[in-house]
Amino acid sequence: MLDLRLYMLQRLSALILAPLVITHIGVMIYAVQGGLSAAEILGRTQGSIPWMLFYGLFVAAVSVHAAIGVRAIAAEWFGVRGATLSGLSLAVFAVLGILGARAVYAVTAL
Amino acid sequence: MIRPHRSHPLWFAFLLHRVSGLALALFLPLHFYVLAMALTSPEALDGFLAWTDMTVVKLAEYGLVFLLAAHFFGGLRLLALEFLPWSPRQKTLAAGAVALAFFVSTTFFLSAV
Amino acid sequence: MAAETDKQEKMMDVSVWRGGPDGGAFESFKAPQQESQTILDVVTYIQQYEDPSLAYRFACRVGMCGSCAMMVNGQPRWTCRTHVQKVLKDNKLEIAPLRNLPVIRDLATDMTVFFDKWAAAEASFTPTVTRHDPMAPINPEEPKRVAASEAIECINCAVCYAACDAVAGNEDYLGPAALNRAWTLVNDVRDGGQKSRLDAVSAAGGCHNCHSMGNCAQFCPNELNPTASIAGLKRATIKAALGFGK
Repeated sequence: MLDLRLYMLQRLSALILAPLVITHIGVMIYAVQGGLSAAEILGRTQGSIPWMLFYGLFVAAVSVHAAIGVRAIAAEWFGVRGATLSGLSLAVFAVLGILGARAVYAVTAL
Repeated sequence: MIRPHRSHPLWFAFLLHRVSGLALALFLPLHFYVLAMALTSPEALDGFLAWTDMTVVKLAEYGLVFLLAAHFFGGLRLLALEFLPWSPRQKTLAAGAVALAFFVSTTFFLSAV
Repeated sequence: MAAETDKQEKMMDVSVWRGGPDGGAFESFKAPQQESQTILDVVTYIQQYEDPSLAYRFACRVGMCGSCAMMVNGQPRWTCRTHVQKVLKDNKLEIAPLRNLPVIRDLATDMTVFFDKWAAAEASFTPTVTRHDPMAPINPEEPKRVAASEAIECINCAVCYAACDAVAGNEDYLGPAALNRAWTLVNDVRDGGQKSRLDAVSAAGGCHNCHSMGNCAQFCPNELNPTASIAGLKRATIKAALGFGK
């Protein structure tokens, strides 16, 4: 159920996500050492513009990428079509986008 | 779902890529919701993070990092397959992607325990 | 049983799908095992000695026409080129019509949709000159011709179409064979229909539905690689979309 436009969006979002994912995994490997706590996390991220931009971009790209990916699965494995399929894709995009933006704000705002 | 005509490396690579993507897509809303607790109730977040000391949670995190790394390296393999000249080494690359994913997630796991 | 077979021969359990467009079921037969026997031999035996109403398709029986393709133990294959010894498991065989195609009767499928998709992918040549013009000098070594030649040997047997899970999940998907042929024409410098063809393979059922799972290349009896051809189509369509022209 992908046409040229959706395919390009998928590949483009993947290219954006690639360096972000590698960085995220690296940061997590560093951060989990010695245990996790809210204070530790927030101490690093609160008020930080770079982290806000980093994770903001991450959320935007992953919302697009996951929505299109789920669209393919819904169409091919669950036979979803037409307006339902478009609605589902938009819903995934919206849920990830909104919850993600909320999380970014929660962790980086002062 | 595995039937005879599907048992070859490239097909498993496809299946792993799809399943890992789906698992991550289902995990993310939870991840975002927990992080947003920092805004509404930092104590709840701390309570939640205390769980990460449990071994079973660490194993779950290991699984997640493996899925993310597998999806990531599998995606790179796909981009190479589509945009670089075709080579019969694709199967080796597929195996390599999984191996790298294991390596990355094990590094994570060892840092976490 | 009227078979003139050696009574010492082992009998195999052969499960054959019988039915029509509205469904069917597997029926059990017994067939004698022989040396150097192909699946087509087994199907022919069953039709000749066990049940003359069995419908199946074949032509050359020597592996060059592609008519005899069926699902053998769950794998799409040319039955005339599949030796029983290679696929027999616990003395059992399972023979069914090709997947992803509507059934006419028993083992004969309706190839109409396969060829309709071939046409929809514009996998046919659009000439730019007439027979009165000089022949185009094509160097067989030049990269585009090499790319086309590597994919050109398709005989439309539909094994790849049956093997593809993307085809199974999406009835609009044009499929590996049609797209593979379209790729050969994208590489044909004599062809005048390039823009229209790229549009045809970029539509909702087009090449971007391929997830590169590789069943097509795995099973093509001519050792073609539609996965690679489709990757080529993806590159070509993106280039065109980004304005790098053809």
